Amino acid sequence: MLITKSAAELGRLIAAREASSVEVTTAFLDRIDELNPTLNAFLHVDREGALAAARAIDERIAAGEQMGPLAGVPIGVKDNFCTVDMPTTCGSRMLEGWVPPYDSTVVRRLREAGLVIVGKTNMDEFAMGSSTETSAFGPSRNPWDTDRIPGGSGGGSSAAVAAHLVPLALGSDTGGSIRQPAAVTGTVGIKPTYGGVSRYGVVAMASSLDQPGPCARTVTDAALLHEVIAGHDDMDATSLDLDHSGLVDAAATDDLTGLRVGIVDEFRGEGYDEGVMARFDEAVRRLEALGAEVVTISCPAFTYALPAYYLIQPAELSSNLARFDGMRYGLRAGDDGTRSAEEVMSLSREAGFGKEAKRRIIIGTYALSAGYADQYYGQAQKVRTLIIEDFRAAFERCDVLVSPTTPTTAFRIGERVADPMAMYMADLCTIPSNLAGNASASFPIGLSDDGLPVGLQVIAPTMEDTRLYRVGGALERDLEAEWGGSLLDRAPEAKGE
Amino acid sequence: MSDVDFDTVLEKYEPAIGLEVHVELNTATKMFCGCANEFGSEPNTNTCPVCLGLPGSLPSINGRAVESAIRLGLALNCDIAQWCRMARKNYFYPDMTKNFQTSQYDEPIAFDGWVELDVDGETYRVEIERAHMEEDAGKSVHAGTSGRIHDASYSLMDYNRAGVPLIEIVTRPITGAGEKAPAVARAYVAHLRELVKALDISDARMEQGSLRCDANVSIAPLGAAGLGTRTETKNVNSLRSVERAVRYEIVRQAEVLESGQPVVQETRHFHESTGTTSSGRPKSDADDYRYFAEPDLLPIAPSREWVEELRATLPEPPAQRRARLQTDWGFSDIDFLGIVSAGALGLVEETVAAGATPATARKWWVSELSRRANESGVELDELAITPAQVAAVQALVDQGIVNDKLARQVIDGVLAGEGEPAEVVERRGLVVVSDTGALSAAVDEAIAANPGVADKIRDGKVQAAGALIGQVMKAMKGQADAAKVRELILEKLAG
Repeated sequence: MLITKSAAELGRLIAAREASSVEVTTAFLDRIDELNPTLNAFLHVDREGALAAARAIDERIAAGEQMGPLAGVPIGVKDNFCTVDMPTTCGSRMLEGWVPPYDSTVVRRLREAGLVIVGKTNMDEFAMGSSTETSAFGPSRNPWDTDRIPGGSGGGSSAAVAAHLVPLALGSDTGGSIRQPAAVTGTVGIKPTYGGVSRYGVVAMASSLDQPGPCARTVTDAALLHEVIAGHDDMDATSLDLDHSGLVDAAATDDLTGLRVGIVDEFRGEGYDEGVMARFDEAVRRLEALGAEVVTISCPAFTYALPAYYLIQPAELSSNLARFDGMRYGLRAGDDGTRSAEEVMSLSREAGFGKEAKRRIIIGTYALSAGYADQYYGQAQKVRTLIIEDFRAAFERCDVLVSPTTPTTAFRIGERVADPMAMYMADLCTIPSNLAGNASASFPIGLSDDGLPVGLQVIAPTMEDTRLYRVGGALERDLEAEWGGSLLDRAPEAKGE
Repeated sequence: MSDVDFDTVLEKYEPAIGLEVHVELNTATKMFCGCANEFGSEPNTNTCPVCLGLPGSLPSINGRAVESAIRLGLALNCDIAQWCRMARKNYFYPDMTKNFQTSQYDEPIAFDGWVELDVDGETYRVEIERAHMEEDAGKSVHAGTSGRIHDASYSLMDYNRAGVPLIEIVTRPITGAGEKAPAVARAYVAHLRELVKALDISDARMEQGSLRCDANVSIAPLGAAGLGTRTETKNVNSLRSVERAVRYEIVRQAEVLESGQPVVQETRHFHESTGTTSSGRPKSDADDYRYFAEPDLLPIAPSREWVEELRATLPEPPAQRRARLQTDWGFSDIDFLGIVSAGALGLVEETVAAGATPATARKWWVSELSRRANESGVELDELAITPAQVAAVQALVDQGIVNDKLARQVIDGVLAGEGEPAEVVERRGLVVVSDTGALSAAVDEAIAANPGVADKIRDGKVQAAGALIGQVMKAMKGQADAAKVRELILEKLAG
């Protein structure tokens, strides 16, 4: 079956003309037709556009053109990446039907590398959430149990990859939006070093935290995609000029001899599922067996990461989302010819934003207000500095840090909607990497007692993304040898409605 | 304003002036994107996802704009920040595409400077608090009878100006100038305008808005500690308006206080036609822009080497330049001050560079052209004549092609857009007639018409020739070479 093959394998088949991109793309489009009504992973599917792109790749390969390893391979793109040929809604009524006049840098790089964009994946509204339940277009569902959330904000991408709707997808991670969905769906999610992948054309939530990255079923697939999208971009002033060529090679290492692995002492205990901790402890032992030296490291400031994050992130987004005012694009409400521009702006924002977006805009506006900014935003920035300092000290003693990606497995749809704090706890372990800009990943490490996937978070110092792939690759081969295949093979067969 | 006059006000009150000047930079591209920075293009043609603030777009800073800000900071004797950041100033308005302005807040690129101004021979020192970088907003065009927002049926937005680089220069309160306060305010803005032109960082055209001034004015009883409540007057779009607006506000505030009312802290609008200000929106110190450091841009950390390289590109400091020019040109203090007060220093300098003598350049700009600028209510350098054209007019005089009187008509022609001086001479037929044949007939006529005068000259009263010369000039419509006419008269009436 084509759809269960890895992106790397599909790329090889297409390059060798053993399969055409049109065949491969058709297989995935058919799978989407079958399962998307159940999973709601895609908000928009462009069958014709995808097949046209696939045909063009097939013709170039037939003409003898040497293309990259992912040429002709389908991909899903999270709906906050601007695409000139598809709507970019960010899961919000505010941008329903909005087609940007430009491609994000990452999307442009996908097209240049010959990937076939099949559609746009669902997400929490403007990436605010851990379950896709804040999407204005309904939640996506977890292929392991369709009553459960596929994580968020990038739950559309994780559900699509886990259910074989696409072999690859793009995500963006502000506090865990790539890693937490990967953990709860048994897939691989990478948050590159901040600045490693261009943010240009990715609709911003919190500028100093947002980082685009790959979602995949295998570590090598993630590395292949990472190498395509990474690299300096003049259009993003915070973009780094790094060499990203070693990621795929790093994913092929089997030996972790000499690697120093630090367990974050703060990320265990109360609130962590027993089954999650059991898989985590086994994974650590497995790393040891592969040659790693394991130490326990305390990062005391991490305890304050969540509250600091919930000041900095809303503060930045309150400003980033100010532009959605109905004046130039997107939803305009109440413009009946009698109202002032100010009233129309206000009515448009009232109608266009969902509850969580409004909650965070209000929190962020408050945190930046005169008289409160020092006490809230200012204090949070100090915590951020302490967290960076904790990481610096930790990485003197180890090469990577590990923790469970999430304290629990996938929760039920509706379970945490009324309790924002419970929802925010899903990102407890992933947030410090965003505050400090570190490279960070989630890899599947087995199933909890409830039969749902558990993820291992690996955190590397900034600009040391290769270490993620080294750990992930070695662990994946070791686990799959024991499992006799991919963890996803053990998922219940997803069925159409 | 009839019951209180300016001089009376100053017997009781001390004015304090604070000036905020926005200078639009003449960089080729905008502050954060590659769009052309051009005045007068078709609306919304110089735009892109970045300056339109489209979702997902990100700014990249214009290095040339940073360079201009540093050079201006240095020319204003400021310290240049070792490290500073851009900041977001958050507020909602349709001309702001992102609903925040990317500006600087507590970390300006330049700070703690000063300038010295000559006003009527006295030197005033104005302290500069800061000069910071920011972006301009778009422009609202209100469709309706008055072009103002309150009776507009709809408004259109032009985002060509959105993202144009600006430097805002803020003074500390200027106190102690007394009745000279309006003149000092004007001199300060004139100085800035001259400076940014010399630095070649802005066109500094106040009428096009590329140099804009907001004037903060307050008054306090003489001897009082602290400053009074201030107003901020906007739309002050010429040097003359700066002076008038400050003067008007001083008197208006005194009237308010004299009537027992408090001055309201607010923005006010200046009206060019009446020279008055009117109430705008109330403004309090608590306006909350929720500033925070712009996370999409890296901090700016100009190396000391770069700053020193830029310092080396600065034009000569104004005081040093004035001293040098006065020596070079050999003018007395009074004559030289006349040039400076007329705002003609640069113009005279360029005219001399174009070939005129300092004396003739001074004569044209300070008397003839200043009078015309005054008459038409524009600044001297806004007259439609260049220093090179003035030098060309003088050259025509020197060559005897026109006389002084005709030269004024040549200037009329240039100002009226009739072309270069030589073209005006040709089109208007202004050449002095020194051809003996043509003049001879006119002289004969004059002699025949004035036998009495002719007799006096024959009797040796040579000075009487003036009357006949006048007759000839009149007959020749001013186009006769006076020296030649005199020569002919004396020749014909010689014993």
